[in-house]
Amino acid sequence: MSYKVTEEGNVSTVHLDGEIDMDVTEKAKEVIMPLIEAKKEVHLNLKEVQYMDSSGISVLIESHQKATELGTKVILKEISKSVLKVIMMAKLEQILNLD
Amino acid sequence: MKHQHLFQNKKIFLVNSASLKDVRSFSREVFEKANIDQDLKDELVLAIAEAAQNIVKHAYQNQETKERMEIKISLINGELEIGFYDKGRPVDQTKVRHRSIDDVKPGGLGTFFIQQIMDAVEFREGEKPWINHLVLSKKINY
Repeated sequence: MSYKVTEEGNVSTVHLDGEIDMDVTEKAKEVIMPLIEAKKEVHLNLKEVQYMDSSGISVLIESHQKATELGTKVILKEISKSVLKVIMMAKLEQILNLD
Repeated sequence: MKHQHLFQNKKIFLVNSASLKDVRSFSREVFEKANIDQDLKDELVLAIAEAAQNIVKHAYQNQETKERMEIKISLINGELEIGFYDKGRPVDQTKVRHRSIDDVKPGGLGTFFIQQIMDAVEFREGEKPWINHLVLSKKINY
């Protein structure tokens, strides 16, 4: 997994790339959580994520819940077909913010 | 969609999270050779990777180890069977369950995904030298 972060006003966009599994979830959280804790609105661009497993879905849930707790939000952008399928399998399409 | 009537492949992996990528590559390669369509292939790869992840997380409790697990995939006349063998902590079947899908919280989804994708999940006692033998199966129409 690789990533790039861009900033515009109070919005931080994290472009994730590659496969998100148990092996990289800590790295993903280290990137995303400090932005949420800084009360940024975080956009996760998932266009280039070819694979996500239950560990990756856990990062999305944890990020969403932390953001809600701190009064900000995480929005999932340009979700790849394979990631959307897993989000729907987990029945999270009505819970997470999908754009 | 045309499948081979018979194939069997197996491979041994180190029990750690870094192996999960290799588990997926192996699985994709096997299903590509069997001409399984993309959507089904993605689901099967996810189920296999989740089961392998459970071995790392639960049978070995995320502890560093030099031990290995074996994955065997076979398809015989439309019956897909995936076997997982490990020497970790014996699985307590009464504790293997996914969380309620309505209780939204991180974790506990891997087993749910496996059950959504596969027709059957069976824990067997592993034959020596293995301790655990998990079998995932699914009827593949062709």
